Amino acid sequence: MMNMLSINIFQTWLEQTHGIWYVLVLAGIAAIYLGFFAVAGLMLVYLERRVAGYFQLRLGPNRVGPWGLLQTIADALKLVSKEIFVPKMADKLLYKAGYYIVIIAALLALAVIPFARQIQALDFNVGLFFISAVSSVGVLGILIGAWGSRNKYSLIGAMRSGLQMISYELSAGFAIIAVVLMSGTLKMTGIVEAQKHTWFLFQGHLPAIIAFMIFLISGTAETNRVPFDLVEGESELGAGFHTEYSGMGFAFFFLAEFINMFIIAALGATLFLGGWLAPFGITDGLPAQWLWGIIWFLLKVFVLIFLLMWFRWTFPRIRIDQLLTLEWKYLLPIGLVNTVIMAWMVWKDWLIHLG
Amino acid sequence: MTYFGKIFYGIKTLWTGMKVTGGYFFPNITRKKYVITRQYPDEPAVVFPRFKGEVVMWHNENNEHRCTGCQACEIACPNGSIEIIWKREVDPETGKKKKMLDQHIYHLSMCTMCSLCIQACPTNAIMWSTNFHNATYDRGLLTKVLNKPGSKLMAGVEE
Ligand code: SF4
Ligand code: SF4
Repeated sequence: MMNMLSINIFQTWLEQTHGIWYVLVLAGIAAIYLGFFAVAGLMLVYLERRVAGYFQLRLGPNRVGPWGLLQTIADALKLVSKEIFVPKMADKLLYKAGYYIVIIAALLALAVIPFARQIQALDFNVGLFFISAVSSVGVLGILIGAWGSRNKYSLIGAMRSGLQMISYELSAGFAIIAVVLMSGTLKMTGIVEAQKHTWFLFQGHLPAIIAFMIFLISGTAETNRVPFDLVEGESELGAGFHTEYSGMGFAFFFLAEFINMFIIAALGATLFLGGWLAPFGITDGLPAQWLWGIIWFLLKVFVLIFLLMWFRWTFPRIRIDQLLTLEWKYLLPIGLVNTVIMAWMVWKDWLIHLG
Repeated sequence: MTYFGKIFYGIKTLWTGMKVTGGYFFPNITRKKYVITRQYPDEPAVVFPRFKGEVVMWHNENNEHRCTGCQACEIACPNGSIEIIWKREVDPETGKKKKMLDQHIYHLSMCTMCSLCIQACPTNAIMWSTNFHNATYDRGLLTKVLNKPGSKLMAGVEE
């Protein structure tokens, strides 16, 4: 009853202020983003397994559907049909809240990413700040879920995740600041428009390349991917924070992990590789600009995702002390100096502007 | 090594690793080279001759085997996977009653592929087969009678 009432109040408020169409459009956008979340997540899982196969002289999944494309859908169906098991001593509320927070954080970050000109759910004037704020909320979901499942392995895994997130957020922040210094705005569309003639990766030459490398390293660490996957570890922690999750609970964490990888790659593409802009404007005069925007954007994102996968299937995972050494002794000081150099360059206008 | 030396050394070694895996990936995507896994149900499986699939009893073309029913394999087996059912029958040549093999029962479901039975057999009657298509829906099917129906002892084995 309470629920019904509050939904009604919300609805009346929306209808009175914006009208029924506005509500429908909002619901439609939400549905599109949820659909994108599911489809992109499943496709990325498929891609990861396929790419991993090629890197390891195997073929990867190739039986279900053409080229094995339906494999992950079959896996998802299997997971849906499984029992959602809640441990006896678990804190039920926190246990269930865990994956919702992770998913909501991923979806919120997705909302400000511009897929093409005007194809973006929200265009804040502080979009970049919003993303870096929201992406650290995801780790809260991991911590809550692990705490709620009352398993020491989960908790240790989640603590490591938190540690990693807090450390690497700093250097990711410095890499982002280097870009913001060049663009002069935090608005995502503004950042892309500022790269109209030269992508920031080339506009800022050396410091921008260093910032890009730092961004990729800390992005890999923030998404808990190999070589920074200390959160999981079959030999020491079981499956880490999602040890106690089964069925869809596990699948949500798994999907969110891959969507986070997408977000990092999308952020990298937007900040350094010019987002939806075509290289040298080769498709500028053509019709259906929005479609070309999406194509170029996804292409750039795909290249970065492939790079992240390449890292994953090449590098050995590192110990926790090596992880912290890398961050606090190397990435952070270099990032700091890099930011100062970048500021100097922007002040003296030593950037490269083509066209 | 200096601070910056370490950084460049790190980047260099990481790049070396990426070159190796990249060298696997890019030829592999054209499916021309490098896939080293065999696509088993489509391609025939190649099994090494010494592969231990299951214990079988050798029979010649006259449906004769070399097992005398001595039970050495049954005693040798550490987990009781072999049971020998023997009978006393009149030997047509000598006219005397003699111990003979009736059924050599082998429980594949319990066998650990340790080879002790094969080493114990004094007449080399049993051996390994490389057949690995042993999956069934009913464990009862994994209990096999190794001597074929109607088979008998090969002449000259007992001398
Ligand atoms: S291989 Fe070993 S376990 Fe199997 S039947 Fe022979 S003795 Fe028994
Ligand atoms: S298989 Fe060999 S060891 Fe076993 S009963 Fe026959 S002759 Fe004896």
